Amino acid sequence: MSDIIMPHQISDEPLLVAANLGKSYGRLAACRDVSFELYSGEVLAIVGESGSGKSTLLQLLSAQLAPNTGSVSYRMRDGVTRDLAAMGEAERRFLFRTDWGFVHQDPAMGLRMAVSAGANVGERLMAVGQNHYGKIRQTATSWLERVEISADRIDDAPRTYSGGMRQRLQIARNLVTEPRLVFMDEPTGGLDVSVQARLLDMMRTLVSELGLSAIIVTHDLAVARLLSHRVMVMQGGRVIETGLTDQVLDDPREPYTQLLVSSILPA
Amino acid sequence: MIPMIDIRNAEKTFVMHLQDGIRLPVVRNVSFHVAPGECVVLSGPSGAGKSSILKMIFGNYRCDSGMIGVRHQGDVVDIATAEPRQVLNVRRDTIGYVSQFLRAVPRVAAIDVVAEPLLAVGVAREEARERAGALLKRLNIPERLWKLPPSTFSGGEQQRVNIARGFISDLPILLLDEPTASLDAANRAVVVELVAEKKRAGVAMVAIVHDDEVRHLIADRLIDVASFAAAA
Repeated sequence: MSDIIMPHQISDEPLLVAANLGKSYGRLAACRDVSFELYSGEVLAIVGESGSGKSTLLQLLSAQLAPNTGSVSYRMRDGVTRDLAAMGEAERRFLFRTDWGFVHQDPAMGLRMAVSAGANVGERLMAVGQNHYGKIRQTATSWLERVEISADRIDDAPRTYSGGMRQRLQIARNLVTEPRLVFMDEPTGGLDVSVQARLLDMMRTLVSELGLSAIIVTHDLAVARLLSHRVMVMQGGRVIETGLTDQVLDDPREPYTQLLVSSILPA
Repeated sequence: MIPMIDIRNAEKTFVMHLQDGIRLPVVRNVSFHVAPGECVVLSGPSGAGKSSILKMIFGNYRCDSGMIGVRHQGDVVDIATAEPRQVLNVRRDTIGYVSQFLRAVPRVAAIDVVAEPLLAVGVAREEARERAGALLKRLNIPERLWKLPPSTFSGGEQQRVNIARGFISDLPILLLDEPTASLDAANRAVVVELVAEKKRAGVAMVAIVHDDEVRHLIADRLIDVASFAAAA
């Protein structure tokens, strides 16, 4: 049973709508006919094994990849829902730097490894127009504390950090601009189990305190159970089963989902 | 009186695709209703489908056919066909579930595990913690444990944390799956009291209780689940 509680809806309009999304590489269809709606405050997990198309889907949803078919629309902060493909590149980049976050599996992809932790967090603030050094440093410090990085490490570069700390720093860098939607690609992959638990607990708290919407790609069903309200199961580029997370995991209907659920090793 | 829960001809079968698609019928023709302030206890032998019925009402198990009507903020929501986010709204504002086991979240303190349902409906943290502490005290969880994550607690302590989490909110429906299974007599008596208070507050409850004494004390009505047996 899931214990994650749904926050009150701020709006009845979906935040993000995917309609008939598809992407193929030559004759290989990486992702076919995906449609869903995401509401504010909702956390959606996309699960499936390697090659199921889940990472491609995440790239389509976050406009890093253009679909062959279908569209993604997003309700902007001004309440107007826009088709991402119809937006200019500059507009999309601005969205990416402000109202969206993207947490990569490998923190080195989402961080600048050679500059200080404080600068990594501050950079996103400067991108939204903040220019007061003292205020930026203060905000950066408070975010580092929130992700449990001691303030005396603010001037160190993330390459001196452990894997778990880097991932927490990447999360702080993403959340500092108060995005409404965060994409996460295997956020706990490659971390030790104890480090994972700490990160998951932290993400769970942040998501519920900030009322964030999130789309999380993971092959780890435990991550889906702990963090998400809803889950989509992908196989061969298609969504084969979708529903409430605890319902899909406790009462899986499709053969492939039953296989995934039954493949978890008991702890 | 308008029932809080109104189930009609609900049916559930598991299809096990990994075992050659074998069909395991669980229940069929499940029909009953529960009024506000009433505690209905499901009876019947192990494997008769009692827990499955609770899980279907909560939307944790799917319902293959029939209707599971739940009164939610003045309307009737059919859990059998509701959208996921509708079910999540019903769980936040209408139905609470006390399971046998606590699914502990790593590192979250017991008092916060208990307070969380109140925070979710907008109660201030101070007040939520205060109410959580009061309930933990009633359930004889020593104060020195409140700040610790319950994953290290004994089975009985975990169950009491779980009961506190289930009973803390003011939801109009509660589902209780063996809430007293691993409790001693003193704590069983506390749970019986808590159920009585919920009845007075008009809460509709469906419970599974194996302990005869507790069942006798809380049940307003028994429903024999064997009559819903799906196996031919």
